[in-house]
Amino acid sequence: MNFPILSSLILLPSVGALFLFFTKSNKKNNFTVKYVALFTSAANFFLSIYLWILFDQSTSEFQFVEQRVWIKDFINYKVGVDGISILFILLTTFITPLCIISVNNSIKERLSEFLIAVLIMESFMIGVFCSLDLVIFYLFFEAGLIPMFLIIGIWGGARRVYSAFKFFLYTLLGSVLMLVAIITIYWLNGTTDVIELYKSGVDIKYQNLLWLAFFSSFAVKTPMWPVHTWLPDAHVEAPTAGSVLLAAILLKMAGYGFIRFSLGLFPAASEIFTPLIYILSVIAIIFTSFIALMQEDMKKLIAYSSVAHMGYVTLGIFTIQQQGIEGSIIQMISHGLVSAALFLCVGVVYDRMHSRLINTYGGIVSIIPKYSILFMIFTLAALGLPGTSGFVGEFLILMGAFKDNFLVAVIASIGVIIGAAYMLWLYKRVVFGKLINIDLKQMVDLNRSELFILSCLAIPTLFFGFYPDPLINTIEVSISDLIDQYNFELAGKL
Amino acid sequence: MENLQLLLPEIFLSLSIMFLLILGVFKKNSSKLIQNLSLIILIITAVVTFNETIGISNTKLFNDSIIIDYFSSLMKIITLLAAFLVLIISSNYLKTFQIFKIEYPILILSSVLGMMIMINSNDLIVFYMGLELQSLALYVLATFNRDQIKSSEAGLKYFVLSALSSGLLLYGCSLIYGFTGSTNFNVIANQLNSNEYALTFGIVFILVGLSFKISAVPFHMWAPDVYEGSPTSVTLFFTMVPKIAALTVFIRFLYVPFLNLIDQWQMILIFLSIASMLFGAVAAIGQTNLKRLVAYSSIGHVGYALAGVAAGSNDGIQSSVIYITIYVIMNLGLFSCLLMLKRNNQYYEKIDDLSGLSKNHPMLSLSLLIILFSLAGIPPLAGFFAKFYVFKAVIEQSMYFLAIVGLMSTVVAAFYYLRLIKIMYFDEQKEKYDTDHGFWLKFSLTASTLLILIYFIFPSQLIEVFSRINIIQ
Repeated sequence: MNFPILSSLILLPSVGALFLFFTKSNKKNNFTVKYVALFTSAANFFLSIYLWILFDQSTSEFQFVEQRVWIKDFINYKVGVDGISILFILLTTFITPLCIISVNNSIKERLSEFLIAVLIMESFMIGVFCSLDLVIFYLFFEAGLIPMFLIIGIWGGARRVYSAFKFFLYTLLGSVLMLVAIITIYWLNGTTDVIELYKSGVDIKYQNLLWLAFFSSFAVKTPMWPVHTWLPDAHVEAPTAGSVLLAAILLKMAGYGFIRFSLGLFPAASEIFTPLIYILSVIAIIFTSFIALMQEDMKKLIAYSSVAHMGYVTLGIFTIQQQGIEGSIIQMISHGLVSAALFLCVGVVYDRMHSRLINTYGGIVSIIPKYSILFMIFTLAALGLPGTSGFVGEFLILMGAFKDNFLVAVIASIGVIIGAAYMLWLYKRVVFGKLINIDLKQMVDLNRSELFILSCLAIPTLFFGFYPDPLINTIEVSISDLIDQYNFELAGKL
Repeated sequence: MENLQLLLPEIFLSLSIMFLLILGVFKKNSSKLIQNLSLIILIITAVVTFNETIGISNTKLFNDSIIIDYFSSLMKIITLLAAFLVLIISSNYLKTFQIFKIEYPILILSSVLGMMIMINSNDLIVFYMGLELQSLALYVLATFNRDQIKSSEAGLKYFVLSALSSGLLLYGCSLIYGFTGSTNFNVIANQLNSNEYALTFGIVFILVGLSFKISAVPFHMWAPDVYEGSPTSVTLFFTMVPKIAALTVFIRFLYVPFLNLIDQWQMILIFLSIASMLFGAVAAIGQTNLKRLVAYSSIGHVGYALAGVAAGSNDGIQSSVIYITIYVIMNLGLFSCLLMLKRNNQYYEKIDDLSGLSKNHPMLSLSLLIILFSLAGIPPLAGFFAKFYVFKAVIEQSMYFLAIVGLMSTVVAAFYYLRLIKIMYFDEQKEKYDTDHGFWLKFSLTASTLLILIYFIFPSQLIEVFSRINIIQ
């Protein structure tokens, strides 16, 4: 394999951004600017599809590995994918073009700067998912803060400054401890190469502290209760495309990190801290679901529902069962599609009415029927109706949880009911009911691009709901090997 | 005396300074000429240093009172280049205030000469001589805009406090001389007797003096006032060049004579480092003047550089020197931006003057954005790598407390850098600034921004240059 396909995936959006940088942005060539960005990200998407086709599902080895000396005798630039990471790359390259299409209505000024930020963000996120060196991983993981800070701060809503600062400082504070841990691992093992570290393992004496350091970073990013408070603020203030990126991809970096690093590198510590994760996850599921129930702002409601959904993900990961981890990954993919779609749905009505409050709306089903149908699909997917991808994920996670800890699984199942309650109630209040607000009558239904974006998201949501095999086949071997390795290390160490 | 050519850079520089002085006296309106000559002299000196001494390993001259090795040569070259850049971008600023005089370049050259002697020193007396030469030139430079009361105040304040610290330093030197019978670093190292507590007092006094020169907490009080009052171009000089020299002496002084007493001084350095990092981060938050903010930020950055010194290993020393080099590049970019905030012959230095800069001057604010994120230490910019190397060295010595406190204070520091970015990007725009800047100002801004931005593509080169420094044999 000579063609450096992963590096191309990382670099291509940045090249597009560089091109945009040299294109003067004004009213006239907004069109060109947008199509350049769209073209780059679409090309990236097809490249990643090609990657998926070439991908060998029968092995858990890392594929398409590229290695170059970066800092001599210290760090190698090393990238590669296995079954776990490839789906996240696909998700990233799939969501980004949709984000770019969606800027039509929401971003009025400094369009080309916005697209540059989005494209650079895409580069960084792909980098996170395919880096096989801890330092490179950290680099991409942290670098993503810069474009996201600017996206929230420049193009956000009224309290954007507060939210941008909160987002940045929260995540930075979480991550610095991870940097200490990474350097410590280098000091202990003499390498930060993930494959080498998988082979050699990390000294058991240090595992607990290292695990906590990584946890501090991932917990903030996931976000887990009680450090989730930045998320609702960031979501509410970010422009629609920013919320979509944040919910669909940024949050997944932490879930991915838990599987790749917490489980892979520190099995003994993961075993010790599983109860902690269970408790925090269950609190996240139940507690934030209740909070979501009481929200009056649609975006905030979806943000809290994201926290609850990520609670399932962390729960599933730390069951260390085949079903649990598979479920977590599918839940992340599904949440990526569904939350992106829900934020876009909110964006659609916000662009028309400039209000995100639920009580502004009501009875719009007869005015904008197409919107109502698509919104319904995503609502049902979010609450995990069988036949949608949300169901597959939640079902597998709960199955894994029942195998591991009955009580936790029962409590988490209750969360499903509350989840259904707040999503359905949201849908009822927005779409059904009496049409009280007369301004709503002037709303126009989805235009072509909105219809296109939402259908693009609806198709995989339903498809993977009925037929999740393509996803499961991709991740199956990698996960079973991960679990074998985990149990093997554990047996050797305890 | 067969090794005299090793001192060629210093000899050449001092002769040139005398020549320039004579030229300045006899030729009227020669300030532009002298400025240009000084630039050429700095470059020639750097080239000569590179040619004559970079390959020399550990040669001592004049009864071992001067040392020439890779470390000193490298630091001299960095000092000279930094001084060159300061001089070349400050001319427009000086012209605006009508202080574009012959003394300015000459004073900078003399201060650089003092620093070169400091860097070369292997003896307490030589070291003190160099220190005083550079300080005397700096006192005058701080008051250079003598019609402004703030500038005079800055100079006086700097003079009084600096004299006090020099006194402490001398007292420390005499204590050390008294207990070891020599001022030579190597002789001191051989005479060390760790039971002599008075020696520790001597080290402490000298450390106080040196901390004052690099403005480490708790000896930083002069920095904000002096930085604010001095002309901006002099502030730029203050924040970069003397720190390089003082840090070199710091390293040489601690690691050559007193390596065996590392248990005694390591705690002091850790304290200095932590205090500087935390104080720099916290105190900068409330500032409204950009130059004061830079002062506090430089206090914080000195803290990180000292963390590397505190590690007590060659890796630590290298990381600390790399840190200060990258810091110099970032600072150069930052001040180039400050020197561009000019409208109707007036320079603006309040934080609010940055308001909405991104709408009027997109390129300038983009550069400033990159520089500020780099100063905050966000990857993949150069500032992150600087911190990364330092903390790598620190953690290798299992000094977790220092590493964690240091990284936590980067989060606090990130707040005020973000505030500047917020003001530039999120706030309402104001009047436009002038755009007709000199070529060199634009050049230094572009070059430093690009270096910061693409450093991550070639990180090995810089490390390779510095990896040949090994003080601890």
